[in-house]
Amino acid sequence: MKPTVAKGRSSMRWRQVTELALLLLALAGCAPVEPWQKGHLAQPGMALDRDPLERQMSTHVFESKEGARAGDTAGGGGCGCN
Amino acid sequence: MNRLLILLALIALPAAPALAAGVGDTAPALALTTPAGEKINLTEHHGQVVYLDFWASWCTPCRKSFPWMNSMQEKYRAQGLLILAVNLDEARADAERFLAETPASFTVVLDPKGESARSWKVKGMPTSYLIGRQGRLLAIHTGFRDHEADSRERQIVDALAASH
Repeated sequence: MKPTVAKGRSSMRWRQVTELALLLLALAGCAPVEPWQKGHLAQPGMALDRDPLERQMSTHVFESKEGARAGDTAGGGGCGCN
Repeated sequence: MNRLLILLALIALPAAPALAAGVGDTAPALALTTPAGEKINLTEHHGQVVYLDFWASWCTPCRKSFPWMNSMQEKYRAQGLLILAVNLDEARADAERFLAETPASFTVVLDPKGESARSWKVKGMPTSYLIGRQGRLLAIHTGFRDHEADSRERQIVDALAASH
């Protein structure tokens, strides 16, 4: 089988440099959010789990599918009872 | 590898936190307008003790701090305390709705663009700065909890009694 032509060392290097340059450019677009600009996050619609009943339902479905109680939290061993 | 580390360090450099205006420093400038259109400039209140509070309508501890600030202003107005609350809401209607529900007997000024918050390096909501009669920052507090009220009042009393 004919071996695939390996890319030349210098073109690999250029690709790496270009990728790094693009990464730095993208990171430069990061702008910090100031503490007083977080008003939108405080709106009720932005809460991750607004309705307690809905949250209980989701948690129960998740737990039964995972086969573990409190499976959505990290850590702990514990029983696999349902 | 070394070059990569240097590059990564260069990216991190702009993110390094700027030195905050600290206790003991001279207070930065502040010139803003009240909702009624009155211009307030901090330099005109040299000689008074100023309690400067940055707040917004969506900030729950701010709601708790207002009754306390009202009572402080009434209690120590004669001794030269000025409570100045800077509103940082982007929409003025939010601030006015908050003030309709939680009235303020102290001076409120508006800064929808947040320029003063930037120059005072506000780190959280609310943040209050106690400025002495000579214009020096005496205390900086972030947040507001009910059990802090007494110690803050003591700081105000000390500032009113002191000449610095």
